[in-house]
Amino acid sequence: MQLTQRAKHVDRHPMTWIERLYFWNILKGMLITLRHLFKRKATINFPEQKRSFSSVFRGLHVLNRDEEGRERCTACGLCAVACPAEAITMEAAERLPGEEHLYREEKYAAKYEINMLRCIFCGLCEEACPKDAIYLSQTFAPSNYSRKGFIYKKEDMLIPNPLTEPEAYKKALGDRPVKVISKV
Amino acid sequence: MHLLSIDWWFLLEKLVLIMVIISLSLVIAMYTTYAERKVAAWLQDRRGPNRAGPWGILQPLADGGKLFFKEEIIPLVSSKFLFILGPSLAMITALLTSAVIPWGTSIHLFGREMPLQIADVNIGILYIFGVVSLGVYGIMIGGWASNNKFSLLAAIRAASQMISYELAMGLALIAVLMLAGSLQMSVIVQNQIDHGWHVIYQPLGFVIFFICALAECNRTPFDLAEAENELNFGYHQEYSSMKLGFYLFAEYINMFISSAVMATLFFGGYDIPFVNEASWGISPNLLALIGFAVLMAKIFFFLFVFIWIRWTIPRFRYDQLMNLGWKGLIPLSLANMVLTAVVMLILKKLN
Repeated sequence: MQLTQRAKHVDRHPMTWIERLYFWNILKGMLITLRHLFKRKATINFPEQKRSFSSVFRGLHVLNRDEEGRERCTACGLCAVACPAEAITMEAAERLPGEEHLYREEKYAAKYEINMLRCIFCGLCEEACPKDAIYLSQTFAPSNYSRKGFIYKKEDMLIPNPLTEPEAYKKALGDRPVKVISKV
Repeated sequence: MHLLSIDWWFLLEKLVLIMVIISLSLVIAMYTTYAERKVAAWLQDRRGPNRAGPWGILQPLADGGKLFFKEEIIPLVSSKFLFILGPSLAMITALLTSAVIPWGTSIHLFGREMPLQIADVNIGILYIFGVVSLGVYGIMIGGWASNNKFSLLAAIRAASQMISYELAMGLALIAVLMLAGSLQMSVIVQNQIDHGWHVIYQPLGFVIFFICALAECNRTPFDLAEAENELNFGYHQEYSSMKLGFYLFAEYINMFISSAVMATLFFGGYDIPFVNEASWGISPNLLALIGFAVLMAKIFFFLFVFIWIRWTIPRFRYDQLMNLGWKGLIPLSLANMVLTAVVMLILKKLN
């Protein structure tokens, strides 16, 4: 009894003389492999060539600066609260007089760490951030020799300063639009 | 006193030739490992080794260097002398075969005629068969001396396989020898230059010879001696460092030499196809070099086919291997031999 129409009948006819010789079939197989010799290779030479990602790809984090090169993060802790993997730790500090060119608002993150081994790259921190201070970039594959090395510090994630290194800043930003957030 | 006098020039020229041919075999064997990996990758839609040097051409050097730096392990329970003798023998027999292959016509240098052949003995093919059947000792001794049951099983497999297929190989060759009328390699090549390649007269003989050559070199589909899934690794399981390298290397040298033998016996050796090169009127030295290049091209083609087959066809089962050898190839080669003899006699009667 047949339950579906998709069953394929196995051909069990006794082998003909030519088939028993194997030569013809071996020749057919060799022609198939020969055709693969000229096929386009599926491999990408990874470190030199990179696959392009879509603009919504969620890779390693970047801590953003505003157009004057000041850190946007105010250490409000919304990203750490939103993080389902609890990968984000931070310590807040108060901006002192004379540091206005470094930090955008009166409060800033003195310490900001993300454990990349815990992070699941869901992007909820980016969604939670009211200041557009953190976003997920298109770089990926962090590698390190120790677990400690996977805890990324603020220096590891901060975007280059647009005033002093405009080219590096452009490159790190990629095709991401710059959001302008008015000061509260 | 005259009998004892030595022709020093002769000695020197042969010495140079031997050195050139042995280093050539080694280099080609080295780069066959590279070609194997590259072609395998291409056949599988990959890229193959491409990190060491441009296009990865330094890869075989890296592999060889790695083998040299590996720790040499000689198992305590092994028979030490035989354990070392095994890979050496495999290597020596692989290299010895190249002695009788004519690599080209002769080169004229300093008023002397230098044939591009180490020894033009009149039993050239017998010599090849003698040396090739010695090759089984390298595997046998190595497998036995390891004192490992898998190695021993693999060695026995390899030995019985090589002995079985040597028979069919020899029988297939007899038809060629009847055509050429000599066992001398240079005469066989000359006969092909005069009357056309032997593969035209002996297509079946060539196919049988080729299959047997695959079996003799322990290449897929006859690499039962190295069946990883049944025998862990095969006869060289206990070997490490360069002794393992010798075994692997001997396989590639064997491939190179058997390609050379096939090109010489069936595909006209150093004969340039479709042209009568004697009427060109260029210097004989240049002609010899062109002939050598043509022979090399034929050899490289066969090497490619060896690799191509390896990455296409799966391994035979042991009983299939024996059936093919004893019930398939030997009767077929016998029939081929008798048929050739009958046709040759009839043609002789008609003339």
